[in-house]
Amino acid sequence: MERIKFTSPVSGVVSDIVRGAKRKILEVVIEADSEIDYKPFEKRDLASLNRDSIIQDLLISGLWPVIRQRPFSTIANPNEEPKAIFISAFDSSPLAPDNDFIFHGDTDLFQLGLDIVSQLSNGTTHLNVDGNSNSAKVFSNAQGVQINSIYGPHPSGNVGVQIHHIDPINKGDVVWYIAPQDVLAIARFFKDGKYDASKIVALTGAKVKKPRYYRIIQGMSIAPMITDNLLDGDKRFVSGNVLTGTQINQDGFIGFYDFQISVITEGNYSEFLGWLLPGFHKYSLSRTFFSWINRKNEYDLDSNTHGEERAFVMTGQYEKYMPIDIFPVHLIKSILIEDIELMENLGIYEVDPEDFALCEFACTSKIPVQQIIRRGLDLIKKECS
Amino acid sequence: MKLMQNILKKIKPHFEEGGKLQTLYPAYDAFETFLFVPNHTSDSGTHIKDSVDLKRTMVLVIIALIPCVLFGMWNTGYQYFSQLQEGMVGFQDNYSHWEYFVFGLCKVLPLIIVSYVVGLTVEFYFAVKRKHQVNEGYLVTGMLIPLIMPIDVPLWMLALSVIFAVIIGKEVFGGTGMNILNPALTARAFIFFAYPTKMSGDKVWVHQADKIDGVTGETALGELATLINVDSSNIDVSNIFNQFSSDGVYSLSNAFFGIIPGSVGETSVVAILIGACILLFTGVGSRIIMGSMFLGGFLMAYVLNLVGPETNLFMSLPPIHQLCLGGFFFGMVFMATDPVSAAQTTTGKIIYGFLCGVLSILIRIVNPAYPEGVMVAILFMNVMAPLIDHYVVQANINRRLKRIQNNE
Repeated sequence: MERIKFTSPVSGVVSDIVRGAKRKILEVVIEADSEIDYKPFEKRDLASLNRDSIIQDLLISGLWPVIRQRPFSTIANPNEEPKAIFISAFDSSPLAPDNDFIFHGDTDLFQLGLDIVSQLSNGTTHLNVDGNSNSAKVFSNAQGVQINSIYGPHPSGNVGVQIHHIDPINKGDVVWYIAPQDVLAIARFFKDGKYDASKIVALTGAKVKKPRYYRIIQGMSIAPMITDNLLDGDKRFVSGNVLTGTQINQDGFIGFYDFQISVITEGNYSEFLGWLLPGFHKYSLSRTFFSWINRKNEYDLDSNTHGEERAFVMTGQYEKYMPIDIFPVHLIKSILIEDIELMENLGIYEVDPEDFALCEFACTSKIPVQQIIRRGLDLIKKECS
Repeated sequence: MKLMQNILKKIKPHFEEGGKLQTLYPAYDAFETFLFVPNHTSDSGTHIKDSVDLKRTMVLVIIALIPCVLFGMWNTGYQYFSQLQEGMVGFQDNYSHWEYFVFGLCKVLPLIIVSYVVGLTVEFYFAVKRKHQVNEGYLVTGMLIPLIMPIDVPLWMLALSVIFAVIIGKEVFGGTGMNILNPALTARAFIFFAYPTKMSGDKVWVHQADKIDGVTGETALGELATLINVDSSNIDVSNIFNQFSSDGVYSLSNAFFGIIPGSVGETSVVAILIGACILLFTGVGSRIIMGSMFLGGFLMAYVLNLVGPETNLFMSLPPIHQLCLGGFFFGMVFMATDPVSAAQTTTGKIIYGFLCGVLSILIRIVNPAYPEGVMVAILFMNVMAPLIDHYVVQANINRRLKRIQNNE
């Protein structure tokens, strides 16, 4: 694992290192030069690439971390061979960027990336496209990979859900997955011989004046994008989408695996008898508020929890938003009691916190579901290593 | 509102750590969050959350219970006044519906007040002692308990049953969400077994029935239970038969509308169905459990119809009529559906609800010791629910193991 390198996306000077609990490194802040200087790599003959040389090049270039693995959602181990590689070509989460738009004009580059990536495994490389609409040709005409159409609402775009239905993970299996824009980054590296860490992200959310796409450099501060582009009021900045993203400051940095920035209203208000009033304007998946009379298409969902955490009471709630054949509440309870054998039996290897995001959203008892799943995965990883 | 917030803000330091009243913080917190949905923002996981919370869920169940409460009050008055005969104290030629209702209100309200005051006191005590928040579960339990009691149950007995239900039924297991038995039914079972004279027989279902001569204050099921092992040529038997005909006291329409003696809130199927509609529409109540319990009860009653002799009225009563009597519908809509004590998996819910229905009717008809079987059936199935779930979950585990074997 020590072969994995993290390459700075820009040339410049390290100005700060932010550490968290147990001196874990949280952020390395680099002040970029005005003109970015790239370390040149030897250009490869694309025809002569093989698995070992690709892995070697990805490791030294610093691109390796874009390849992640299930179970555990960690950076892939270059010494292992996955049974399959998954690429979800679409993002079904709220206000997600549209890959059909982002990939416009990149057909050849994407195909080159697929050709390289698919050599990393002897198994199948799956390219999963949105079955609900006609995907762009860049995805639907891709060669050398298995194209699967995925139907249904969120979380259909989650790679974990797709893996479960196409080639489920059993104990001991490893599957690698890559975001489609990172496939482009890999292709650019092998084509141009330099680590070009640019990517396209979407600036979204109810507090943004003009939502739009930006071409940025990996790990950039969001400050330039939001300047003069926000509405008034308390705001929450999220790197990623509102269901699974990470909260950042307004001069914070976009996450390595995120292609979206969400700015929503910070719901730090108390509401008088809010649980008793009819609630004509309150969004709920249930019909417990009178908003069912007048379903709008747009709601300003804020970060208020709308209640406090309680023990599990309601049942059948999670299953509605869980398109995987597992019992979510039983799995969560097995994690809470740290029963590793039960967790394995109930399918912990097949899940990721993001697959539970909608359950957490819908939860009447406000249980921190994603946190619990993460804790379970970490525990298993620690015990089994 | 601003004023209230300021007052809360002012007294809050006394309850926080280091304050004089810090041990009472859970009580303060319950009060504050009752008035104001707190300004908490999500600090992990999803940044947005659904507007629904447990308080909202519980208050909807209470709203669904209101038709039963109001009808129960009216029926309490009606049952009492309709027993009065000429020459008795308080007798009039006719009473208005309003008088029925007000009379019932005066009788039922003390039950509700005692139930809430005693139950919440115990809840707060445990919250303070265990330093956790006051859970909302008792808001519903506190309303359910008076509705499944006979109108004349002594208040001290009610208080005792509430304490028993909250402590033994819930708190010993860790509070709301952890209990095995339905707390409201636990309270009823307590009185049923500890003070049987106040919970069965023909003198408890109508106010002061024991003071009025010749009262027909028996529940329909109590009447039916007297028929078991009685010679069908007996004159009394045909009298009882007649009470269930279309112009009798326990006719299908009377049973359906609820104009019969019984526990306070259980008699009117109409009122219960209004509540059921609210629960089902809002998604708070489980339609799977309600549906499968109805099916189970109906099928069981139908089977007993087929096998039972014509002369045994208890068995030959048409299924729908059978279900409209007693607490079947109330148990089906408000008791069996309690998400904590019911089965939790979808398949489990179907089995659980179905067996609740089957056992309710089976116990009611075949076991003469319990003229009403719903309470015992649901409590029994509450105990069985984790077992049912265990096998449903095990099936999922086996599917997963099989997948591995197929791969190898």
